[in-house]
Amino acid sequence: MYSKKVIEHFQKPKNMGKMKNPDAVGEVGNPNCGDVMKLYIKVKNDKIEDISFETMGCVAAISTSSMITDMAKGKTLAQAMKISYNDVAEELGKLPPVKMHCADLAVKALQKAIKNYAGTKTKTY
Amino acid sequence: MNKKKSIYLDNAATTPVDSAVFKKMQPYFFEQYGNPSSVYSLGERANYAVENAREQVADFLNCSSNEIYFTGSASESDNWIIYGLLSNRKKKIHIITSIIEHKAILEPCRNLKEKGLAEITYLPINESGLIEINSLEKAIKKNTALVSIMYANSEIGTVQPIEEIGALIKKINSKRKEKIIFHTDAVQAVNYLNCDVQKLSIDSLSLSGHKIYGPKGIGALYLRNGISINPLIRGGGQERKMRSGTENTPGIIGLGEAIKKVEQSKSKNQSIKKLRNKLITGILKDIPNSQLNGSLEKRLPNNAHISFDGAEGESIVMELSQRNIFVSTGSACASNSLSPSSVLIALGLSREQSHCSIRFTLGRQTTSSDIDFVLKVLPGIISRLRKISGR
Repeated sequence: MYSKKVIEHFQKPKNMGKMKNPDAVGEVGNPNCGDVMKLYIKVKNDKIEDISFETMGCVAAISTSSMITDMAKGKTLAQAMKISYNDVAEELGKLPPVKMHCADLAVKALQKAIKNYAGTKTKTY
Repeated sequence: MNKKKSIYLDNAATTPVDSAVFKKMQPYFFEQYGNPSSVYSLGERANYAVENAREQVADFLNCSSNEIYFTGSASESDNWIIYGLLSNRKKKIHIITSIIEHKAILEPCRNLKEKGLAEITYLPINESGLIEINSLEKAIKKNTALVSIMYANSEIGTVQPIEEIGALIKKINSKRKEKIIFHTDAVQAVNYLNCDVQKLSIDSLSLSGHKIYGPKGIGALYLRNGISINPLIRGGGQERKMRSGTENTPGIIGLGEAIKKVEQSKSKNQSIKKLRNKLITGILKDIPNSQLNGSLEKRLPNNAHISFDGAEGESIVMELSQRNIFVSTGSACASNSLSPSSVLIALGLSREQSHCSIRFTLGRQTTSSDIDFVLKVLPGIISRLRKISGR
């Protein structure tokens, strides 16, 4: 059902865990599938300097969370905002169609974190 | 494939075919391949074997062999009793069932309601996972044609008060002109519970081969003599004109042999229950914030259904499967539906809790060291997933 890459990220997730003193947090959830994602970011010079996640969810939810943190790390906020769920799914090799919403959830969590960060500043993204 | 021994704890999904059962089936693929309807000796021998299997099933249910119809699955049997009722009754029929039935009952009911052919009452369950007799009695109406209550639930393993329901309907029927048919889906019950249809006052019962160490693709419907339903599958008139289609001879022989073995294996049930209890006790002791779902007493001896707060079911299944332990989720998230299990919601679990549930179903092949291994690896798995979820 899942690609090797998905299982890899599920078994050894990157950037996993709560962050101390994050600059912003994005939390999204899908009560229907039971997935809840929390993304923490630290920003320096408009760049995502550090990022981590906490996800309560299925295999796909955990691996998409892990993957998006990997993809977003080091990117500018503007670049990170452009990451799409297709990008995440592609990086993971393949996601079962019924699990595509997990990639979407990860994207939304990241965008929410960035928007929340923007909310603390006067600048908007 | 990994060479490590696999630990199969999903016996409610399906069971391996017993080797003795397989041996009995084998000749009917090769030497005894005749069509049971053929008049020459090759056909006669197949027919004899089919009738012998029918006797075996009838013996198990304590009914007459002409009350047994072989079908392609228990799902077919369930569909048949519902759709088979239709054109016999002029008025719109009323069906009473429970909210936790198998889809093979729920879907035909939904379909009939959608077409305006039946009204359906779904009985709720209490926090033990059981229906209340009172609510059943109150639900009965003038046009009630069928009461369908599953014997044991496939997900949480709770055992419904079938004997009481049977007695109630029998009593009510004695004062009614249009009799109510009492049907039970006994697929999960056959292995472990008494299925004497006389003692339980059951009019109709579905069972399946592959849940009782028999083959897949074979089921049966017991239908009490005197109850008339229409055929679902029409054609060559097999099964006394009630279920057409050339008999699945090896499957039928396998089902007969498997059900005979169930009777002989009853003594093993106690040891399965002991192992199951060891699993439940071990999990609840070693893993905080875990809970057993459904009654412990009114439960199949091989079922343990447990929720782990903060660890999602599919992730647990995947982690266990990496260690060659095969279980299933309480939630349907792993399949094509994302909605949480309606059985668990009916039981009163939150959506999150129902997504965090696992069903372990033991079988004849389960050993004490299997359970030890599960108890050894599971706490680490749950704590890793809780770390990821931050809960």
